[in-house]
Amino acid sequence: MLIALLKRDLLLAFRSRGDLLNPLMFFMVVASLFPLAVSPDPALLGSIAAGVIWVGALLAALLSLDLMFKGDYEDGSLEQMLLMPQPAMLMVLVKVLVHWLVAGLPLAFIAPLLGLMLGLADGGFMPLILSLLLATPTLSLLGAIGAGLTVGLRKGGMLMPLLILPLYIPVLIFAASAVQAGVQGTSYLGHMAFLGAYLALTLVVAPLAAAAALRISLAR
Amino acid sequence: MSRQNFHNLDASPNANGQLPMLSARGLLCERDERVLFCQLDFDLFAGDIVRIAGPNGAGKSSLMRILLGLSAGFEGQLFWHGQPMAEQIHDFRSQLLYLGHQLGVKGSLSAEENLAWFCPNARPDEIYAALQKVGLKGYEDLLTHALSAGQQRRVALARLFLADKPLWILDEPFTAIDKEGVSELEQVVIKHAQGGGLVILTTHHDLRVPVKTLMLGGQESEMPLC
Amino acid sequence: MWTRLKRLYHKMGSPKWFYQISTLCSKWCMAVGSVLMLTGVVWGLAFAPADYLQGNSFRIIYVHVPASLLSQSAYIMMAVAGLVGLVWKMKMSFVVAKVIAPIGASLAILSLLTGAIWGKPTWGTWWVWDARLTSMLILLFLYFGVIAIYNAIENDEMANKAAALLAIVGSINIPVIKYSVEWWNTLHQPATITLSKKPTMAPEMFIPLVLTIFGFYCWFAVWVFARARNEVLLKERRTKWVRALVQARQHKSQIGGDA
Repeated sequence: MLIALLKRDLLLAFRSRGDLLNPLMFFMVVASLFPLAVSPDPALLGSIAAGVIWVGALLAALLSLDLMFKGDYEDGSLEQMLLMPQPAMLMVLVKVLVHWLVAGLPLAFIAPLLGLMLGLADGGFMPLILSLLLATPTLSLLGAIGAGLTVGLRKGGMLMPLLILPLYIPVLIFAASAVQAGVQGTSYLGHMAFLGAYLALTLVVAPLAAAAALRISLAR
Repeated sequence: MSRQNFHNLDASPNANGQLPMLSARGLLCERDERVLFCQLDFDLFAGDIVRIAGPNGAGKSSLMRILLGLSAGFEGQLFWHGQPMAEQIHDFRSQLLYLGHQLGVKGSLSAEENLAWFCPNARPDEIYAALQKVGLKGYEDLLTHALSAGQQRRVALARLFLADKPLWILDEPFTAIDKEGVSELEQVVIKHAQGGGLVILTTHHDLRVPVKTLMLGGQESEMPLC
Repeated sequence: MWTRLKRLYHKMGSPKWFYQISTLCSKWCMAVGSVLMLTGVVWGLAFAPADYLQGNSFRIIYVHVPASLLSQSAYIMMAVAGLVGLVWKMKMSFVVAKVIAPIGASLAILSLLTGAIWGKPTWGTWWVWDARLTSMLILLFLYFGVIAIYNAIENDEMANKAAALLAIVGSINIPVIKYSVEWWNTLHQPATITLSKKPTMAPEMFIPLVLTIFGFYCWFAVWVFARARNEVLLKERRTKWVRALVQARQHKSQIGGDA
């Protein structure tokens, strides 16, 4: 059942691949606003590049969260999923995996391009890619809680950032400073260890919480 | 809240000596401080076709969602094969086929792809046969948003032929289905009940099927608390 | 033992019992809180010696520190109340969680404001991205999320459960957030009081602070009880005991008016 769900969701994502580009384009546009707003000076941009790219990545991940359960809620498939004999948290994990594959992982591939545009120093690229690979699953996992809580609400899109962004702060702090450490040529292993630990914590807590959130949202 | 927690169901067997499949004791449902129904007791047996009836707003959908375990706003106990529902939820869900008001049919998937995820254990030829039975031969590979409302519902109804589940809960299954389709569906429902299944449904159609009726909204209660 | 616990649980779930007991409790809290606050504030503002570095401006800690402490523990209380509501389906604990949210948020705002006012003479600027101020700001954001959920979901029961879940997730995250913010900003003063170590403050400054902290807790309880009782009356307005209560009050005020 879970493999069937994974297949179906990937197929659905593939059928509406135009939608998948939106977060990526958004990511690029947001990152390009900063040189326009701050200054085109490469030295200045280089010093804020890590933060800009990571804030952009957070917002892009947030933008696509609305899609995680909304479509299935509206056409009734979410009900069917909660009535499956398998625990709902496994269903949530599949959903998170799909969200990460289509909305989180691509950010890691496009981020180096933005790094080039923003004049990120050479040492920053490796930690940038690694931190995105390690921390975007956390964003999808935490996001699933917010998506689950707001799935039944018409104004859920406005509410979601308010619920989820505070929880993203530890990721932002450690990921951005990992890139900064790479730029300065110091070790970023500790940052990665923290990001990994936070991923492990959310991997335990988030599917449970998101499944509970979905049950609450559907118990009209 | 469970004021008295009786773990054993005090149900008597029916004429065939069977114990009830699904039972409810003392169900109470409140919506916005209005009591929809209270002290609702029933025993449903294998072979029954049960129609939940009542005027609009009597709580038909609410009762269905309570039975499904999707609603939290109720008091009372549910039993599955005589055991408290909370302990049997896995067994209950693995024997349940639910067709909701919303079908769960994805517009950007074909009929066959939709069914492949609903019934992952079904082979492709079984899916094709089921689609033929609901009159969708030749539409298998079309994306379902190209189909009419009635055809989309038929895609969902094809699940009745694919999954071997004893308990069917059907919310308005006849909506948007043409006359012939309705009588065919009635036969399917009867056959399922005769084969030892339990069918619980709501409908506004006049059924030409022997049904038990569970009437809601009999007592108009304005009291805040029963 | 078990049956007694069970009976207590049902009593605690009953709005009428909660109303009665909270009326009594809040009277006591009001009395004790007033004494503590009065002593603490007068002692702290008038008699405690001035700080040798910060002069008299340090005296704002008698508001700032209790407000910060309390807004943090209020979040945890809200999460615990929500957890009790979700697990044991105790309706009254949802009410308590619901009324704590705006109170905790106001305390966080109070803490931020007093922090800013304190910062002006100390650091020469209203706002510094100091670790503790930043943590408090994020805590305020967490409160915003919970309040936003209450506002967004119309169905009371759903809103209560959703907000409880968010508060629980938030409280699991609070240590992580605090740790990461502190790590991010290692340039800050050591925490003002720690329970494990000996206080570095002079006792004449420290004791009034403890008094005001406990005073704040008492008044917090009064505030929570007052709002919770309001909620209970609103929810139970159609029941017999609330009607009887209202009639008794009206009767009393009529007699009072005649006299």
